[in-house]
Formats: sequence, C-alpha cells, structure tokens
Amino acid sequence: MDFRLKAYKAWLKMEEPSWATLEYEKIDLQSISYYSAPKAALNSLDEVDPEILKTYEKLGISLDEQKLLAGVAVDAVFDSVSIKTTYQDELEKLGIIFCSISEAAQKHPELVKKYMASVVPIKDNYFACLNSAVFTDGSFVYIPPNVTCPMELSTYFRINALNTGQFERTIIIADENSYVSYNEGCSAPTRDESQLHAAVVELIILKDAQIKYSTIQNWYPGDENGKGGIYNFVTKRAKCLGDNSKVSWTQVETGSLITWKYPSCILKGDNSVGEFYSVAITSKRQQADTGSKMIHIGKNTKSTIISKGISALKGVNSYRGLVRVSKNAHNARNYSACDSLLIGSTCSANTYPYHDVKNSSSIVEHEATTSKISDEQLFFLKQRGINEENAVSMIVNGFCKEVLQELPMEFAVEARALLDLTLEGSVI
Amino acid sequence: MLEIKNLYVSIEKNEILKDFSLSIKPGEVHALMGTNGTGKSTLVKSIAGHFECNITQGKMKYNNKNLLELDPNERANEGIFLSFQNPVEIEGVNNSYFLKTALNAKRAYNKEDELDGLEFLKQLKTKLKEFGLDNSLLKRDLNAGFSGGEKKRNELIQIMMLSPDLILLDEIDSGLDIDAIKTVAEVINSMLDGKRSLLMITHYDRLLQLIKPDFVHVIKDGKIAQSGDHTLAEELDEKGFEGLGLHNDKNN
Repeated sequence: MDFRLKAYKAWLKMEEPSWATLEYEKIDLQSISYYSAPKAALNSLDEVDPEILKTYEKLGISLDEQKLLAGVAVDAVFDSVSIKTTYQDELEKLGIIFCSISEAAQKHPELVKKYMASVVPIKDNYFACLNSAVFTDGSFVYIPPNVTCPMELSTYFRINALNTGQFERTIIIADENSYVSYNEGCSAPTRDESQLHAAVVELIILKDAQIKYSTIQNWYPGDENGKGGIYNFVTKRAKCLGDNSKVSWTQVETGSLITWKYPSCILKGDNSVGEFYSVAITSKRQQADTGSKMIHIGKNTKSTIISKGISALKGVNSYRGLVRVSKNAHNARNYSACDSLLIGSTCSANTYPYHDVKNSSSIVEHEATTSKISDEQLFFLKQRGINEENAVSMIVNGFCKEVLQELPMEFAVEARALLDLTLEGSVI
Repeated sequence: MLEIKNLYVSIEKNEILKDFSLSIKPGEVHALMGTNGTGKSTLVKSIAGHFECNITQGKMKYNNKNLLELDPNERANEGIFLSFQNPVEIEGVNNSYFLKTALNAKRAYNKEDELDGLEFLKQLKTKLKEFGLDNSLLKRDLNAGFSGGEKKRNELIQIMMLSPDLILLDEIDSGLDIDAIKTVAEVINSMLDGKRSLLMITHYDRLLQLIKPDFVHVIKDGKIAQSGDHTLAEELDEKGFEGLGLHNDKNN
C-alpha cells in the first residue's frame, strides 16, 4: 500500500507527455474505474462464467483446449483478476513460479519486494507511475537457476468490462543460467468508449540466463473514424543484470487506436545481448509511436533492433528509438534497421532515431528505408492468378518475415492472420 | 483463341499501338519482331491487363470472352501467361510458396480442389526432373537476388506448373547463353501440344530456329507491317530491319 501511495503522490505531480507523434483527446482518468473483478472466487473451470468462456472460444483460446492441445501454461487475466492458472503443478516441480502478482506477494514476498519496480522505477514516466499507483494484478514468473522452462508460458490479457482501464504488471525473473519463453497475446471486443491500457512489464535476467518475450497486440482499433479504440500506453523494460545474459522482445502490434510502447533493454552485464523485433501496422485512424531503447552499460554488449512499420488508409506509424552507449561500455555494438511500407497515399511513416554514444570503441549502425508496395510487384502476382488482396498480403508478409520468424510457431500463424485482418479492405 | 481488332493503346498519353489487329488460333505459334519502341511489349502487356496500358479503342477477345472486362488475375486464371522481360523481385516471399499459391488460385478458379503441400511438391519435382532443372531456386525468395538467367529459368518453372493455354514470352532469350536458350526451347516445345498457343517477342532468329513459328510478324509504328512464315525471320536476320524497310520511322 505504501508503494501505491508513493506512486500516486508522485503521479499527481507529473504531466502527461506530449512528445510522441500521436494525436488524441485528453484521457479523463477520473471516469475510469480502476478495478473490476468477477463476482466470486472460482475453484474450477466449471465455475467460470460461460459468457467469458464463450469469448475465449471465439478467440480460439479456450482454456481446456490450451491445456490439452497446446501444452501452453496460461495465466488468464480477465477483467483484471487472474481467474485460473494452469499447469502450475508441473511447473512447481521444477521450482518455476508462474502465478498472479497478488498470489506471489503472499507466497514469495521476498522476491516481489526485491524485484518489483527495480527495472521500472515508480517515477519512471507518467503512465508507468499511474500503473504503480493503481495496478490491479498481473503475472509473476520466476525461473530458478539452471532451469530451462519446458513450455511456452502465455498470458492472455483481455479488456472486457465497460470502461475498465487495465493496469497490469508483469514481472519475469530468470535466475542464473535459466531460460524462458513468454507469450503475451491481447485482443479486445468492440467498445464504444475509448479505453486506457497502461501496463508495466519488468524483466530481470541474471548471469547466463535468457528471456524471450513475444507479444501479439490486437486490441480494438476503433472504427473508420477511430471511435472506440483502445489507448495503449505500455512500459516494457528488461534489465540484463548478469554477464552473458540475453533478452529478446518480439512484438506484433496490429490493434489499438493509439500505441505508445518502447520495449527497452538495459544491458548492464558484460557481454549481454538485447534484441528487439517489431511489426507495427496502422490502418484506419490508428496511430503507433513505437520503438526500442537500448542502454549499453556493460562491456562487449550487443543489441539489434529490427523494426517494420506498415501504414494503410489513414494510419500513422512512427519509429522512435534510442541507443545509448555509456562511458564504460567498451566494444558495444548496435545494429538498427527500420523499414516502413506504405499502402496507398493517405498514410504516413516517420523514423526518429536517437543516438547517444559516449564510448569511442563502440559501433552503432542505423539503416532506414521507406517503400511503397510497387504496382509492378502487384501486377506480377496478379498475372500469376493471385487476386489483389492475397497479393498485398503476400508482399506484406514477406516484408515482415524477419520479425515473424522470431515468433513461436503457433503465435506466428496467429500473427499472419491478424496482419491480413488488419489490412482487410485497405487496398484502394 | 485470341482475337485482337483495331486496338489503340496509349501509355502516359503516348499512343503506342494504333489500329492493331492480330488473330491467334489454338495450337499456333506466332513470333513478333520489330525494332525497339514499336509496341511489342505494350501488346503483350495489354493482353495481360497491365495497369499502364490504356486501351482507348478496339476489341480483345479470348475464347470468346471480352478480355477488357476481366481483371489481370482473371485473365491469368483463364489461361493467359505473360513471361516478363524483367521479372520483379519480391523479398521475403518464398518462391515455392508463391508458386503453390498461384497454382491453387487457378485451381480454385476452375473449381478444382486445392493441392496440399505434399502433392504440390510431388508434381513440382516430377516436372523439374523432366527438364533437368534443380529445385534450388524454389527455396529462395521470389526472384530476389536472382541473376538474369535465374529469373528466366524461374519463369519457365512457372509456365510448366501453371500450364497456361496462351503463352506470351517477352524476350525470354535476352541475356541468355545458348545452353539456357536450348532449355527454354525444350520446355516450350514440350508444352506445344497442338492446342496451346504461343506468342513470342524476340530480336533474334536463334530462338526461332529452336521454336519454329507458324507466323512471323514485324511491327512498325504500332501495327503489323509485314507477316510471313519462318523465312521472314531469316531474312531479317540477314538484312536487318532497315534493309527490309521495317525500321521504326519515329526512332530514326
């Protein structure tokens, strides 16, 4: 509670940032209810509201199916409270903790206290601070030393109750020489009023450990005029504390009216590696301001940024990235490539790379390209019998291939379907 | 099969084809020759429905269907294949995936069941083996980083797999060495079963010695100036367009 109050007080003093290339009406934070929970505690899947289960099924992510077929452990965050955590027993045997934060706070207070806000401090930024003050629940993962998590861990966040802001917090700790791959998938049903989502994700990677974090974000983007879309302001950060640690962020951002998101890596340990692979699509009135921050502190640290932005109709896509190499980060290396693809002539793409290099032995490279889907490419595919829509989808998928191949298999299939869905009807 | 009557085509306000007429019957092999800029490419592009070609007058019928009313992909699925002079590169799109998608688009158009991956690969392997072509191109991205010869070989693979009824070849022999031209001829000749038709654009007699045309046409100033049999090509090879008075007036 202390933690929340401290955050709330700090937040009151802060102002909403306005530097992003985004346009939106000011968010009335008073009108958002900060917590909504299912009526009673549930003991089994049978007790889960059938309406809720139905929505899951529509999305093809029924818990039963997940359990049986996919072998994926799911911590389903639904209307802010974790309903059910599967596969916990199996993970427990390996000493892996995968539960809601509220549960973790009770059972493993020492871990929560030690790592919560250790990567994203309370006063880090406006939205993260708001999250710190009001966060409801989230997922907590701890992988003990020398353990390779045997399955993909998944959380599905859904914004469901009317006007519910989701203030999720996720903490993943990979102890020495451990490995985990974590998937976060999001989707939201149609809503009339814009909803705010301000999550915080903290990853802590110790010596020789590795975390792979994949996201598919498919929240409601709003209608042609942008009405009803989700505001997504997320703070995601990883800290490579130990030597030889590695983190890789992969994200496919197809939804939300507004996306404001910069998964970052603090490369503190020597030889640590940070990677960021991103596909962001904006269509209709969607706006995305996304990118990555790579902070090189340790020696021989390496980072890679591959960003693919696709804009259609009236979509606006901005890449904003920061590469900072501190004084003692000898031989640090960064490679960034930002490619933009435009479909039609009413959309736009921007690239804002920031470099701050204080060590002369480091190498920082940045490449950026912008291209339009060429009419000759479209004609070629059509001349081979492929219709326009499929031809566009083929070219777009090809454009994103570098990123999509970083996703776990079943996630990649879903991502392709989402790309097609988002671009449906965007060919003029 | 193909009936073109009094066709006028312009590209960016320049009238390229003027009052052009040509008729191709099933099983016929036609060769189209002429100096640069006479409208040879414009003709085959117009048949395929290229977005640059603005048809201002005239008629084009294919198997009694009005071609002008069909989208490019519909024309393709009706059996028209255009082999491009410079096939485009599309990065990230696997060549074999592209070919399977194209083949299944045609099958769906003809209300046939789609081929699954395994069946497709089986057919592909059989066809490649027939002409001693290896499948290394299929593993790469569509034409991306291909040499000129590889691109043309890739076009041949597409022709074999899609088995069109009307094949349009736009200078498939340009930039190819004699062995590669022989492969082109082998594949194309094997496709000529007496029902399929072929219209090929070429500058050289060499290709025409390997694929014997029934008709040779020379285009001049946007329409056919002279037609004949194979001997016309030989004569051109010997004397040149200028020698026969068939050079484009505009270019000289």
